[in-house]
Amino acid sequence: MNDIVTLENSILAEIDTAKDEAALESVRVTSLGKKGSISEKMKTLGGMTPEERQKTGPALNGLKATVTEAIATRKDVLKREAISARLEHETIDVTLPVRQSPSEAGRIHPISQVVDEITAIFADMGFSIAEGPDIETDYYNFVALNFPDGHPAREMHDTFFLESDENGERKLLRTHTSPVQIRTMEAQEPPIRIVIPGKTYRCDSDATHSPMFHQMEGLVVDKTSNVANLKWVLEEFCKSFFEVDQVKMRFRPSFFPFTEPSLEVDIQCDRSGNEVRFGEGNDWMEILGCGMVHPNVLRSGGFDPDEYQGFAWGIGIDRIAMLKYGMPDLRAFFDADVRWMKHYGFRPLDMPTLFGGLSS
Amino acid sequence: MKFTLSWLKDHLETDATLDEIVETLTLIGLEVESIDDKAEFAPFTIAKVLTAEKHPDADKLRVLSVDAGDGKPVQVVCGAPNAKAGLIGAFASPGTYVPGIDLKLSVGNIRGVESHGMMCSERELKMSDEHDGIIELPKDTPIGGSFAAYAGLDDPVFEIGITPNRPDALGVAGIARDLEAAGMGKVKKLSIAEPKSGFPCPVDVKLDFDAEQENLCPAFGLQYVKGVKNGPSPKWMQQRLLAIGLRPISALVDITNYVTYDLGRPLHVFDADKVKGDLVVRRGKDGEKFLALDGKEYTLGPQICVIADDNGVESLAGVMGGELSGCSDDTVNVLVESALWHPLNIARTGRDLGINTDARYRFERGVDPSFTKSGLDHGTNLVIELCGGEASASVIAGEIPKPDLIIEFPISEVQRLTGIEVPSEECIKILQRLGFGVSGTGDVLNVAVSSWRPDVFGKPDLVEEIMRIYGVNKIEPQPLSSHGAVGAKILTTGQVRNRAAKRSLAARGMLEAITWSFIPENHAKLFGGGLQATKLANPISVEMSDMRPSLLPGLISAAGRNSDRGYNDVALFEVSGIYLGDKPEDQKRIAGGIRRGSAKLSGSGRDWQTPAPEVGVFDAKADALSVLEACGMDTSKVQIMAGGPDWYHPGRCGRIQLGPKNVLATFGELHPLTLEALDVSGPICGFEVVLDAIPEPRKKATKTKTPLELSDLQAVRRDFAFVVDQSVDAATLTRAAAGAEKVLISNVSIFDLFEGASIGEDKKSIAIEVTLQPKEKTLTDEDIAAVSNKIVDNVMKSTGGVLRG
Repeated sequence: MNDIVTLENSILAEIDTAKDEAALESVRVTSLGKKGSISEKMKTLGGMTPEERQKTGPALNGLKATVTEAIATRKDVLKREAISARLEHETIDVTLPVRQSPSEAGRIHPISQVVDEITAIFADMGFSIAEGPDIETDYYNFVALNFPDGHPAREMHDTFFLESDENGERKLLRTHTSPVQIRTMEAQEPPIRIVIPGKTYRCDSDATHSPMFHQMEGLVVDKTSNVANLKWVLEEFCKSFFEVDQVKMRFRPSFFPFTEPSLEVDIQCDRSGNEVRFGEGNDWMEILGCGMVHPNVLRSGGFDPDEYQGFAWGIGIDRIAMLKYGMPDLRAFFDADVRWMKHYGFRPLDMPTLFGGLSS
Repeated sequence: MKFTLSWLKDHLETDATLDEIVETLTLIGLEVESIDDKAEFAPFTIAKVLTAEKHPDADKLRVLSVDAGDGKPVQVVCGAPNAKAGLIGAFASPGTYVPGIDLKLSVGNIRGVESHGMMCSERELKMSDEHDGIIELPKDTPIGGSFAAYAGLDDPVFEIGITPNRPDALGVAGIARDLEAAGMGKVKKLSIAEPKSGFPCPVDVKLDFDAEQENLCPAFGLQYVKGVKNGPSPKWMQQRLLAIGLRPISALVDITNYVTYDLGRPLHVFDADKVKGDLVVRRGKDGEKFLALDGKEYTLGPQICVIADDNGVESLAGVMGGELSGCSDDTVNVLVESALWHPLNIARTGRDLGINTDARYRFERGVDPSFTKSGLDHGTNLVIELCGGEASASVIAGEIPKPDLIIEFPISEVQRLTGIEVPSEECIKILQRLGFGVSGTGDVLNVAVSSWRPDVFGKPDLVEEIMRIYGVNKIEPQPLSSHGAVGAKILTTGQVRNRAAKRSLAARGMLEAITWSFIPENHAKLFGGGLQATKLANPISVEMSDMRPSLLPGLISAAGRNSDRGYNDVALFEVSGIYLGDKPEDQKRIAGGIRRGSAKLSGSGRDWQTPAPEVGVFDAKADALSVLEACGMDTSKVQIMAGGPDWYHPGRCGRIQLGPKNVLATFGELHPLTLEALDVSGPICGFEVVLDAIPEPRKKATKTKTPLELSDLQAVRRDFAFVVDQSVDAATLTRAAAGAEKVLISNVSIFDLFEGASIGEDKKSIAIEVTLQPKEKTLTDEDIAAVSNKIVDNVMKSTGGVLRG
C-alpha cells in the first residue's frame, strides 16, 4: 500500500508543478493514460488474491479519482492565470478621450429656439403661425396699415427700397411683420388668431439696432376681443416666456398708425445686477407695442370695423432673446462666430415644450 | 419735448408732487423719458462774507470768514478778485459736488491756510460761462437759504416723448390741458388781448397758388411793429430756454422759440427794413437759391413753399427763416408772422432739404389752425412787452379753417373695444376737459373734435381718449375664449420642415447661423443673382447691396471670418429665405450648409484614434439627404444625378431630384474659383435643399403603418465585382443589380471600389454585396445560381462592364 501513497504524492507533486496545460497533459498521460502509472497498477489487480484485490482496488480507484480531480483543478487555475496574463497585457489608458457625438456638438441659433418657445406658448392659446414675404409692396407695408403717403410715421421706419421696376413700382423690405396681418385677413375669415415671427429690415445700425432683425407680430380678429383680452394674452405670454410666476406690466397709451387705441407696454424688472430679472425690482423696461386693430386696417383686410374687432401687437424677438438669455450685442446674432454660436446656441434635442418647460 | 416744472405751473394750478405729475404724464400717454430734478444744486446756500484778509503767503488769494446762516463762520480761501467783506453769494461746503468743474469739495489747505468750502462763480454752477469773479447777490438777500431756489436752478426739467399723433402736446399749455383732464389740477386760462394798433400794416401779403394748391397755405397772418429795441431777452425766458437746451439769442428770436414751446405755435419775425415790397407766399421756382438762417444755401424747386419779396425768397415756409431778413441787435421795425401750412408739404420740404427745426416738427404734425390769429396777437404782444414799439393792424391772407368734424359716438364703443364700462357722465367729463364739444345725453353722443386734435377722426380715437384719461390700469385682464380642450396642430408643412431641417442639421454637429439677407453684388452674381429686381436702392453699405440668391455665399464668408479668428474647421448651416426675384413666390425656403477643413460628421480636427481627413462631396451629400429624410422624404426614391450649378466643382457635385423638373437639392465641393472670388480658402463642401420643392406628404385615412413582414428563412448574401468604364455611375450598376430579381433581392450595397493600372486605365472595379431574402422556401444552390446569373447579365447589359475574374 505504501507504494500507492508514494505514487499519489509523486503524481500530485507533478500536477502542482505543471507550468502550463501541456505539462499538465503529459502528467495526465503518464498517470492516467493507457500506459500510465496508475493504469499499469490497475492491470496488476487481476493477479491478486481476492483479499489483496479488495484492499488494493478501492485504494487505486481512490488514487485515480484524486488525480483526475487534481488535474481538473490545476487546469482551471492554469487557464485563469493564462487569461489574467493576457488581459494584463491588453490594458489600455481609459483616460484617453472619445469624440463628441454630433448631436452634442451641433447648435440651434437662439432666434430659432426662441421662435420655438413662442410657438409653444401661442399654440396653447389657440394661435397659428403665419408667414409672409420679406420683399413687400408699399401697399402691404404701409398703405393698407393706415400709413398714408407722406405720413410722418413712415419716417420712423427707415425703409430699405429695392430698385424701381419697369413700371416704376418700388418694392421694399418689410419694416415690420405687420403686412402679414393684411395678407392673413385677405385669405382667412374670422375668427383669426395668428402670430407671425419673421425677419424685418430697417436701415439703421448700432449696438441695439441692426439693419435686419426679427419681429413677432400677433393678430386676433373676431367679434369680441378687446383691450382686456389683449392685456391677458400679453401677460400670459410674458409670464410663460420669461418663466416666472408673476410679471408686472404697465400699459401706456401710445400711437401706431395701424392700431387705435394704441399702447406701449413696459415690464417691471430689476436691472441692478449683471442680468435682467423679471417679476421683481423697480425698473420699467419697454418691451412691445400693441393696440386695437385700426378700423382702416380692418377695412383693408375686407372686414367691417363695426362688426369685427381685434387686437395686434409687435415684439422684437432678438430683444426678448437678449433679455432672457443675456446676449449683450445684437450685431453678434448675425456674425456666425462659432464661439458665440457654441456659447449661446441650444442643443438640437432641447426642444421647447410647455410640458417639459421651455428651457432646461 | 422739454419743459420745466415752473413753466408747467404757468399753465396749470396744481398741488400735485413732481412724482405724481411724472407718473400721470406717462400713464396718459405723454411718456416721461427723463426727469432732471436738479438735486445737484440743492446743497448750495446763500452766504455772506464777513471778513476778507489777504493770504499771508499769496498776493492774489484772500482768506474769508463766511457765514452760511448758521452763525458759525467758516474759513474759506478764495482767489476771486471781487471777494470782499459784505459780499453775499453762493457757498458750497466741503463734501459738495460742484457741477461746473466736476469736482467734489473737501477741506483744503492752500499755501498753509485751511479752506472749508468755496464761494462759487456762475460757471461753477453752470449758470453761464462767467468765471471772472464769484456771484454777487443784492445786499438785502437773506442768507442761509437755498441758493438754487433763489436763482431758479432747482426747476426740474421734464423730457417727454410725444408720439406723432399729438401735436397739441408740443406746447406746455397742451400738456397742462391733458394733466387737468387727468385730475392733476386746473388749467390757467390764457387771455390774449388783441394788440392796440395805430396804423395799417405797411406790408401786404398775397397767397399766390393755383386753386388746387391753396391748401399748401390756408392762411397767413402778418403784423408790423415799429420802433422796437432788440437785446437780450429777460433772465426768466433765457433760463427756461437754457433749461430745455436752446441757446438764447436775442429777445426777438427768443420770443419765437419761447412761443413755439409754450403754446406749440411757431412764429417768425422778419426785420421789416430788410423786406422789400410786399410779401408773396408761393411755390419755389426750379433752381431758385435761398440762404437760410443756418448759414447754408439751399436750392429750391416748385414742391417747396416760400415767402418772397422783391428781393427774392426771404423764408422757407414753416421750416426756416432767411439769413437776409433775420433780426439783429440793430433791428427797429419787425414783421411778425403766424401762418398755417400743409403738414405733408412741410414734411417733404424738410426731408428733401435735410432741415430739422422745431417749426417743421410742429407744422408737419399739425398746428392748431384756430390759434393762428391769437398766436399772432400773442407774439406781437410779447414783442411790444420785451422790446417796446407800436403795432400796426394785422393782416390775414387766406382763410383760417374752422373745425367741422362731429363724431357720432355710441358710448358702448368704450366697452366694446376696451372691456371696461366707463359711466357716461365720466366719458362726457373726460371729453369736455380735453376740449371736445359734447352734445346729446343718451347712448349716442355727438362729439365735436377740437381744432388742436388733427389725429382724432373716429370712434376708436375717442375710445382711446377716454381710456387713457380714465386709466388703462383700471382694465382687468380677461382670458381669451378657449378654442377647445386640446390644442390642434398649428404648423404648416413648411413650418414643420423648417424646424425638422434645423434640428436634424444641428444633430449632425453643425452650428446654426443667421446671416444677412443682403450680400455684396459680386457674391450675388457668383451664385446666379445680382438681378435688378433684387438690388437695394439704398443699401446700408456696398457689402449689403443685393438680396441673396443662395445661402452659400453668406455661410462661406462666415467660414472665412471664423478662419481669420483661427477656427478653420467649421460646419455651419442656415434655414432661411433666398430671393430669386421680388415677388412673394420668388422667395424660397432653403436649408443650406457648408463644412470646411476637417469638419466631418465624426468630428473635426485631429484625433488620437483617427487622422483628420478633409471634407468632400459625400459629406455634403449626406447632409442634404438627412435634411430630406427629416422632412419626410423617402430618399431611396430620389434620383442622384451628377453635375450641378457652376459654383461647385464640376466633377464633384450633384443634384438630388424627382425628375429633371423638380430638383430638391444640390451638393458638392465648392469650385476653387468661387472660393477665390469669396476670398476664402478651401476645402469647403456645401449643399442647399429647397424645402418648398419637397412634395406635400399624401394625406392618409389612418396613421397605421404598413404591416411588417418578417421571414423565418435565412437571408443569403453573395458578392460580385464588376469592371466597368470610369464613366459608369455606381448608381446605374446598383440599380441594374437590384432590378435583376425584384422579389428576392432585398438589398444591394457597394463594399469596395478599386481603380488601378491592373484593371486598365479608364476602368474601375465596383464590388457589391447582394442580399437575397427568400419568402416561401429556402433557396437551393440552383436558385441562387439562377439569380446570380440574372444579376450579372443585367449589370453587364446596363453598364457594358464585365464580371471581375
